[in-house]
Amino acid sequence: MLRHLPRQDDPRLLVGLETSDDAAVYQLTGDLALIMTVDFFTPVVDDPYLFGQIAAANALSDIYAMGGKPLLALNIVCYPTCLSPGVMSEILRGGADKVREAGAVIAGGHTVEDSEPKYGLAVTGLVHPQKVVTNAGASPGDALVLTKPLGTGIITTALKAGLAPPEACDVAIKTMCSLNREAAEAMQAVGVHACTDITGFGLLGHAAEMALASGVSLAFAYERIPLLPRALELASTGLVPGGAYRNRDYLLPRVNLAVSLTPAQQALLFDPQTSGGLLIAVPPERLEKLLEELAVRGVPGARVVGRAVARQDWLIRVE
Amino acid sequence: MFVKEVDCRGLACPLPVLETKKALEEIPTGKVVVTVDNPVARENITMLAANAGLPVQVEENEGNFIITITKEGDKGPEAAPQAQASAAAERPLTYFFTSNLFGQGAPELGMVLIKSLMTTLAAMNPPPDNLIFINSGVFLTCAGSPVLEPLQKMASSGTRILSCGTCLEYYKLIDKLQAGKISNMHEINAILSGPGKVVNIP
Repeated sequence: MLRHLPRQDDPRLLVGLETSDDAAVYQLTGDLALIMTVDFFTPVVDDPYLFGQIAAANALSDIYAMGGKPLLALNIVCYPTCLSPGVMSEILRGGADKVREAGAVIAGGHTVEDSEPKYGLAVTGLVHPQKVVTNAGASPGDALVLTKPLGTGIITTALKAGLAPPEACDVAIKTMCSLNREAAEAMQAVGVHACTDITGFGLLGHAAEMALASGVSLAFAYERIPLLPRALELASTGLVPGGAYRNRDYLLPRVNLAVSLTPAQQALLFDPQTSGGLLIAVPPERLEKLLEELAVRGVPGARVVGRAVARQDWLIRVE
Repeated sequence: MFVKEVDCRGLACPLPVLETKKALEEIPTGKVVVTVDNPVARENITMLAANAGLPVQVEENEGNFIITITKEGDKGPEAAPQAQASAAAERPLTYFFTSNLFGQGAPELGMVLIKSLMTTLAAMNPPPDNLIFINSGVFLTCAGSPVLEPLQKMASSGTRILSCGTCLEYYKLIDKLQAGKISNMHEINAILSGPGKVVNIP
């Protein structure tokens, strides 16, 4: 839809709409650029405090995916008048705590009445213009590192059905609440080629954006992709969100999937993620250093999941 | 024979799956006929049935999908559907091979038994989800193994065959692996400690 908007030719706009990146980047001075992003959605968990945290971690993630640091945030709230105001204050408290954890400040916000509650943030961050990490820099030979396991869409679907095992929910919620800050710091310490965060388009959707923006193809090894506990099992009992199928149907013409992948395995690859991890393209000689920096900062789930290759007749392959 | 009809038109994901699951649990044998109005519900319900090992048919009618799931008892004694249901409940099913022989005793007999076991596993429908080989078990997945044929048959129908990398290295078999993939203790432990059923083959 966005392609119908007029192109912006201001040279200070370092990252705009063209490459479907995570946030806009605008150069202020020789050593300072502004990152701006906005994200909000309907509750994915019942607990309002946790939902607030997850929505904030998800909104902040776009700043981290560009290699930046969050500075200021504004609340965006949609709220039904029939719901107790106590629930809203718990959502806001969750968001505020997460923003504080990120070292940023909530400076205001806006609320509108709506039939279903929604919450999120508009976030402004800073980055050195030479250290912006976009989704457009991946080169053939780069290793692909994913920093969080997949499956939040499937687990939250199971949660809605009342069929999610409590231990699976706990891990999924912890994953969604965790900031991508440490992963972003690790990649900035090492210097990487490209990065994007995995959210609504699923692993393969965001990988496809990276492949297109970078002019490469990306090859994944299914067995290496980290998954949330029980997610595959829940997917195979039909607890797959509609978004996973929409992502699949949109991408399928450009994606080459091993015939051995079951429908449930495919569903995980296309599963829309909430507050998902970073997908980082790193030159092979710096891979070891990146894994080390991630481990030192306590990003335990990070795995090498594939590599970038010269552009093929497919954009994404999963073996 | 019971026929249970469920109308899930107008329901969004994951409710159609939930309603179908309930209906299947309510009848001992028979058919559950679910009507849905969107392809997401069709795919999810088909996946639910396939995962439980139940035959499923889909018809399209004026924009709706009519999904018929058969929970059969005709194939034999009454215990059959129950066995099928419990087998489905205990997925993923994993066989854990710690040796290249089956049982303790004469090695020749152990070899005959392991061949017989593999042929039996390969004939299972659906086949096991995972076969894990450690220690001398890795001889079974490498060149010279007497059971490569049933292993390859299972691999082609979706069974994951994993051989411990440390063990392959120890026995100098790394470049002789003929079935499945090299694995590590992290992955093996994730399967053994994960959901489903593990059968130990000592």
